Amino acid sequence: MTTQHEIDAAIAKAATGGGAHHPARDYPPYRSSALRHPKQSLVPVVDPEAVELTGPVFGVTDVTELDRDLTLGHHGEPHGQRITVSGRVLDRAGRPVRGQLVEIWQANAAGRYAHHLDQHPAPLDPNFTGFGRCRTDDDGAYAFTTIRPGAYPWRNHVNAWRPAHIHFSLFGTAFAQRMVTQMYFPGDPLFPYDPVLQSVTDQSARDQLVAEYVHDLSTPEWSLGYRWDVVLDGPSATLFEDGDR
Amino acid sequence: MTLPPTPAQTVGPFYGYALPFYGGDEIVPATHPEAITVHGYVFDGAGAPVPDALVETWQADQHGSLAGAPGSLRHDPVTSTVIGRDGVRFTGFGRVPTDADGHWALHTLPPGAHRPGATPYLAVAVFARGLLHHLHTRIYLSEHADALAADLPALAADRRATLLATLERDRLYRFDIRLQGEGETVFFDFQ
Repeated sequence: MTTQHEIDAAIAKAATGGGAHHPARDYPPYRSSALRHPKQSLVPVVDPEAVELTGPVFGVTDVTELDRDLTLGHHGEPHGQRITVSGRVLDRAGRPVRGQLVEIWQANAAGRYAHHLDQHPAPLDPNFTGFGRCRTDDDGAYAFTTIRPGAYPWRNHVNAWRPAHIHFSLFGTAFAQRMVTQMYFPGDPLFPYDPVLQSVTDQSARDQLVAEYVHDLSTPEWSLGYRWDVVLDGPSATLFEDGDR
Repeated sequence: MTLPPTPAQTVGPFYGYALPFYGGDEIVPATHPEAITVHGYVFDGAGAPVPDALVETWQADQHGSLAGAPGSLRHDPVTSTVIGRDGVRFTGFGRVPTDADGHWALHTLPPGAHRPGATPYLAVAVFARGLLHHLHTRIYLSEHADALAADLPALAADRRATLLATLERDRLYRFDIRLQGEGETVFFDFQ
């Protein structure tokens, strides 16, 4: 069985690369990546008329206003600390991504997912499923109400624990901007031990995955407020497109 | 001004109660007279099926329009549950999780040429546990094999073949996605 010490050493070894924003798909400390990354180089595409420079659209039929509040939809209130997570979705030119779908999912306050395959001994919460959706507004802003997820163990190695996180799925105006990532909470002591977060080897890039606690976003007697902005990557064509999107 | 992008992270193993939605695999109903079915497996580098992958597709409609339409995740206004597309508007977007045996299937219409002379294809994004950053590939229907060869002449024929969905029988196409190793699927980087 692989120990945390061995994973720490592997993280330190892989960290010497650095510089890239995205994780390398071949990242040995995250053991599941071993057989699931391509060995051939990606084939570059430069085509201003590629299908991938457009993308799916979503509208009022796709999301209801209730979908952004993960504490609703059950008979009672979920266990845990109520939080809000809000921010803006931008493209790399700093323009807001408008009217696009943001989906999130997460573990409950005890660190358990409402998923059949998550069987670790933490309680399920009958009042929490843990997924939500919203559409960005004209400023690219999104907002969710949820509870703070717990950390949880996983089997990457002995005594492996994921820091608390919320999964995010985001769409841009171009399918090539599609993004799935994870948002973490500031100051989590599990950060250095986690090969998924550490797969982002550049410290400033890693910091982009950590939300900020913003006291003015907290609601008295109700919820703690976190802010997290997302910048969608994409081909250069999405940087220079004409018009106000 | 260019902002540094937010890094990608894996979709993980537990997206299954969040991302898949009712009718995600039916861009048009399977019973639509002009529907085609594209299906296949996702395999890892050991040739084992990947049971926790998510396949997304985006495409032009039959006339080549990339305008899309809302309504892929249409909600019932009474119960607020996702009830699927309205059967009229072509949204162009599909999302299918792989089964326990790594298999996926999608019902759609053959895409039209998105500009005069363009070779039509389905754009594909693949997500999976173990995949830290998703991958983009394309599905070209086998009748466009010659056009594909002309579009991507620098690509070896055996690699190019990984982008072709082969016709198994009328209107049924097979497209396997191999993440690694022999027959590894061609994945793209948009620059």
